[in-house]
Amino acid sequence: MRHVLSALVVNQPGVLAQISGMLASRAFNIDSLAVGETENPEFSRVTFVVNGDDHVLDQVRKQLEKIVTVVKVLDFSNRNYVERDLMLVKVSTAEGKRSEIRELAEIFRGKIVDVSPGHLMIEISGQERKLESFIDLVRPFGILELVRTGRVALLRAEQDPGSSNDPGVGETTGDETE
Amino acid sequence: MAAQACANGIARLQGDFLSRSISARPSYQITTRKPIRFIETTNVSTAEQRRAAAQGASELSGADILIEALIRQRVECIFAYPGGASMPLHQALIRQEDRLRTILPRHEQGGGFAAQGYARSSGRVGVCMATSGPGATNLVTTLADAKLDSVPIVAITGQVPKQVIGTDAFQETPIVEVCRAVTKHHYLITEFHDIARVVKEAFYVARTGRPGPVLIDFPKNIQQMTLDAPPDYDPPMNLPGYHPEILQSQSEQISQVIAAIRRSPRPVLYVGGGCINSGASDALATLARRTGIPVTTTLMGLGAFPGNDPQSLGMLGMHGTVYSNYAVNEADLLLALGVRFDDRVTGKLEEFARHGKIVHVDIDASEIHKNKEAHIPIVADVGEVLEKVNAGLTDEDVPRIDEWQQQIAKWKDAHPLVYRDEETWISPQYAIRELARQTADRDTCIAVGVGQHQMWAAQHFPFGKPRRWMSSSGLGTMGFGLPAAMGAQAANPDALCLDIDGDGSLLMNLQELATLHCEKLPVKILLLNNQHLGMVMQWEDRFFEGRRAHTWLGPIDAPEASGSGDGQIGRTYPDFVSIAQGFSIEAAQVRERAEFSDALATMLACDGPYLLDCVCPYQEHVLPMIPSGHSVQDIITE
Repeated sequence: MRHVLSALVVNQPGVLAQISGMLASRAFNIDSLAVGETENPEFSRVTFVVNGDDHVLDQVRKQLEKIVTVVKVLDFSNRNYVERDLMLVKVSTAEGKRSEIRELAEIFRGKIVDVSPGHLMIEISGQERKLESFIDLVRPFGILELVRTGRVALLRAEQDPGSSNDPGVGETTGDETE
Repeated sequence: MAAQACANGIARLQGDFLSRSISARPSYQITTRKPIRFIETTNVSTAEQRRAAAQGASELSGADILIEALIRQRVECIFAYPGGASMPLHQALIRQEDRLRTILPRHEQGGGFAAQGYARSSGRVGVCMATSGPGATNLVTTLADAKLDSVPIVAITGQVPKQVIGTDAFQETPIVEVCRAVTKHHYLITEFHDIARVVKEAFYVARTGRPGPVLIDFPKNIQQMTLDAPPDYDPPMNLPGYHPEILQSQSEQISQVIAAIRRSPRPVLYVGGGCINSGASDALATLARRTGIPVTTTLMGLGAFPGNDPQSLGMLGMHGTVYSNYAVNEADLLLALGVRFDDRVTGKLEEFARHGKIVHVDIDASEIHKNKEAHIPIVADVGEVLEKVNAGLTDEDVPRIDEWQQQIAKWKDAHPLVYRDEETWISPQYAIRELARQTADRDTCIAVGVGQHQMWAAQHFPFGKPRRWMSSSGLGTMGFGLPAAMGAQAANPDALCLDIDGDGSLLMNLQELATLHCEKLPVKILLLNNQHLGMVMQWEDRFFEGRRAHTWLGPIDAPEASGSGDGQIGRTYPDFVSIAQGFSIEAAQVRERAEFSDALATMLACDGPYLLDCVCPYQEHVLPMIPSGHSVQDIITE
């Protein structure tokens, strides 16, 4: 089963190396990993996607928590959360299909961030499935280069769904299909 | 190290000349071409004068602050081997030599294991120090060893100056990178004002929760920085992710344990190193005596419960007693305290304790359910849990287990620990039993190497109290025994500290004989010399049709090298007695059983260090034995 784990860690050199080293040395398989500073510069948040049964997950979580610089580990599975990937993709416009590609980008709420005679660069964010289907759709035009971040995720407020679940900006729920 | 290598080179060049004519000359004439009168020596004799001289010359250096911080952690002894990047630290150590004893090992690994021996035998944090590069990498095995056996040590390594870190400077290794996976925590000091906090945190992390090794890497330029005013030696710690204090048992958990005990007709206490680390031996004895529940210990747990107590089942697992393994197999309740269900204990996991409910108490949450699912998991200190159970246990809760005890007594009678005891040879098991007999009324610390002798010591020496048995159990590092005994002796100057060793293991850290002599550490070495790597040889005999593959430790043209010896050991190789004497250590070889008892008594009566080279048969196997990955049904007893 796929689990999204979120770890709050002390923001200092070597912490990421230790986490990835621990996961590798204990043969845990990580599908995705993203890291960045939080609102408090003393801490970073690391988001993992791990595949495994409950036993594997239990060990991953406990081994992470054992690392002295890891403050807290949350397993988002079975909870209400928002998750996003970010992708930048360069698509060839060599065959004069620029408007067609633009239309697709619009449907996927992507942004065109760079244009040249030969290509478009599109920024697009969302859940993995959305990014995958966009890739499938633009592949026939010719993907020149592509880069994706790891998954980032945050829990929604749990007790008061009315106030914060759907602020009406950008994308909506965690299990939307789009 | 480089200076040493260089000196070695010169010594080699001159060695021939020296050994023939002027072997007793002092070493400074070997390592310098300068006439002696030009060598400047400071004439300060006491540490106090040295401190005054240093303070006159400069202010408090980073190195001074680190050493003072160690002293404030109540460190009394450090095992330190100097080199370029740790020289300022050693200069600071010599200024404090009346407050902090520095013992110079003869190899950094010896220093690391000595720190472990110190920690294991005293329950305090052991401290070792090495220079950067090779000095630091030589400590790595000892850190990995301390991690697996949960031994609190703080290792300090010199590092190249901060401005050249990452340039492949001379004797630079990224030791923090190297050691990440084998330490509990690690620091690279990057700021002068962090020194006192890092030391305070390092000791706190090393000794609390599940204890373990902590590394402090200390760049030379920060060692040399100076400060006018004394720093704050008790700064607040910054460990937002480390809270061992919150790990406490809940009262429902205690009630569940008591209920499980009350309902169990066939309980067994399975006790490990965690019990010793938490100082829970008395609480364990109280529970065991009150309920009559039999106690089996792991290799790490030896001494947590008196080995010669009638309730003791001895060690369990691969080379454990038959009756302890039978008991665990038949138990309906396994009280697993401070243990980690290691593969050497469980054998085939699915078969291990499959009839029983498992109560697993451990301070490390990641051990719970790791190898074996627990029915009542408790993440807490073993001592705390035992005390609460003892307090909550009423007379009605004491289970009726007479039948179970009788069953165990039958197993004990039917399958005692046996060995071939013949008049013609000194069987190693007999040697250990005789040692136990002759030391019964003394406070005795035993360290061992790794292999057959280690298992025989674990089986046949009854440890009466905790912290008297030191064995590299998780990592299984050969060469552990001699330096560990040395560290135990430093921590327990009045105790009889012994290294029971094999000839393979002893040779791996033999240089520490020099430390015994020079630092006046009267460690006794009982060498069970069978001229083979006995444990590997035993596996060759059992699983590889007896084909010898590099397990004979004598010359390769001897018939034993191919396994075709006549079973007699002639002249032994190397000549350990001469080697010991070369280190100015008294030594003797004993080959006859009739002479062993007296030879042993002579060693035990010696005031200084002593090596007794005891020639043993190599045909002996460690039994009983459950082959790796098998279950108790497959136990081999002959």
